Amino acid sequence: MAAISRDDVAHLAKLARVEMTPDELDHMATELDQILGAVKRVQEVATADIAPTSHPLSMSNVFRDDVVKPSLTNEEALSGAPAKAEDRFKVPQILGEE
Amino acid sequence: MTNIHSTAAEMASALATKEISSVELTKQHLDRISAVDGKIHAFLHVDSEGAIAQAEAIDAKRAAGEKLAPLAGVPIAVKDILAQKGIPTTAGSKILEGWRPPYDSTVVAKLKAAGVVILGKTNMDEFAMGSSTENSAYGTTQNPWDLTRTPGGSSGGSAAAVSAFEAPLAIGTDTGGSIRQPAALTGIVGVKPTYGGVSRYGVIAYSSSLDQVGPFGRTVLDTALLHEVIAGHDERDSTSINAPVPQVVAAAKKLDVKGMKIGVIKELSGSGFQAGVSARINESLELLVAAGAEIVEVSCPNFEYALAAYYLIAPSEASSNLARFDSMRYGLRVGDDGSKGAEEVMSATREAGFGSEVKRRIILGTYALSSGYYDAYYGSAQKVRTLVKQDFEKAFAKADVLVSPVTPTTAFKIGEKSNDPVAMYLSDIATIPVNMAGIGGMSLPVGLAEEDGLPVGLQIMAPLMQDDRFYRVGGTLEAALLSKWGKPILSNAPDLMVQK
Repeated sequence: MAAISRDDVAHLAKLARVEMTPDELDHMATELDQILGAVKRVQEVATADIAPTSHPLSMSNVFRDDVVKPSLTNEEALSGAPAKAEDRFKVPQILGEE
Repeated sequence: MTNIHSTAAEMASALATKEISSVELTKQHLDRISAVDGKIHAFLHVDSEGAIAQAEAIDAKRAAGEKLAPLAGVPIAVKDILAQKGIPTTAGSKILEGWRPPYDSTVVAKLKAAGVVILGKTNMDEFAMGSSTENSAYGTTQNPWDLTRTPGGSSGGSAAAVSAFEAPLAIGTDTGGSIRQPAALTGIVGVKPTYGGVSRYGVIAYSSSLDQVGPFGRTVLDTALLHEVIAGHDERDSTSINAPVPQVVAAAKKLDVKGMKIGVIKELSGSGFQAGVSARINESLELLVAAGAEIVEVSCPNFEYALAAYYLIAPSEASSNLARFDSMRYGLRVGDDGSKGAEEVMSATREAGFGSEVKRRIILGTYALSSGYYDAYYGSAQKVRTLVKQDFEKAFAKADVLVSPVTPTTAFKIGEKSNDPVAMYLSDIATIPVNMAGIGGMSLPVGLAEEDGLPVGLQIMAPLMQDDRFYRVGGTLEAALLSKWGKPILSNAPDLMVQK
């Protein structure tokens, strides 16, 4: 049985905000099924008594002094914006229509 | 005569004695790029004007008697994943086409401060996801040893540039082998420093708990000189290690391994590795023994699960990191005709801007992190990471450094693995455990495989923040190989000026 179906991929693509053509969905479902088949081997040795490692260094709460320093100007920060207006990023509508 | 074939150390001393100026040296490299990069395609952007201006400034400072850093005036190529102010930075992706960062990454800032002359930005697999540069949105880089083969990846452009004498030094990044594997396939030295040894500030993130910036050079000493320029604590990177940088230049010059224990990893030798690769590795071990080192065998039984764990952890982190490419603040925006909402525009932009490997990893990561599958996939992969770390700890209790081949084979043909993601992933089988544990590793060229005449790389690994150890072993072995061969390995590469 396939671990991942075409519908699963369509759902994941929606969650990840990546539009996909029907062709891509077909292709991706097959490939992901193969990849998942290969990577699920991790389950063979991942027993309950082993602590997970999320990071190679054991650091926590790394802080610096809260001192104001020069940073990007408004103009610099907006220099790569696809659209801008009134010194702000201009974005497409984010709420439903009134 | 100092020229493009000199080492970076030789260039630095010729600059210091004013035998050559930085402008002359920079122009020689720009000429070389014009002459051969049509065949290699190592560069995505060549900044001729900026490089000459930087070289002129260094020459003026030197003429004025200012004290300069050791590599001042020596040219370099930088992987296109590091932000450089005002210079196009794409990470090999269409989604960042035309973006000019408003700031410098810490590594670029350090290079500039040391007077290292930045020639341009090099090609790479999109967002560093790949092992061949075939996933670049801007075309594949060719291997200078054989133009029908890949230079490896993802830092393939940087490795090819150094191998083809377009630059004496380069910067790459290594998440699962992306410095060491291309170094091995192009016959140069590449180092993945200890995680946290070099700042990641301004480096476009792929997998934040694995990514590390590192140096490429044609010799161990050149690589060490560059390592010391870029390493060190940075308060802008919260994972940066606040400790003194290992003395890698001194280690590279030591040329002595007497009494050192070299651990050969049983699971990364023998079957599964090309015969010509194994032969060169064994020969290197004999040379190390002749130099006074002792060989011990170590076992790392969990390494066989590292590749699988990597292809869950890296895509998981990538699916989160790449959420920033939302078409709102920088980069591409598609379909914003006034009728569509932000989410629709975002999805359309990501569809148009990401290549298929990037989409594959985003979807895979989204799956591995989704509720119901998290424990089975991402959670299990994190446990494997613990086991890999423990394997290394046990092995380093018996040996000062560990060694293995860098790659199972020499450089493969362009197109050979591009339609089989799992086969492509296997080329990183020996390099991934190092990233999982956060330790450092070097790829050292140790000769040519008999069956195909292509370079073979030896991987030398050391415990966390003991990067000087692999420079010491690498420098010693390099000297022994050079005296055996009588000439550097790259003198065997074809002449690009005549090659079609």
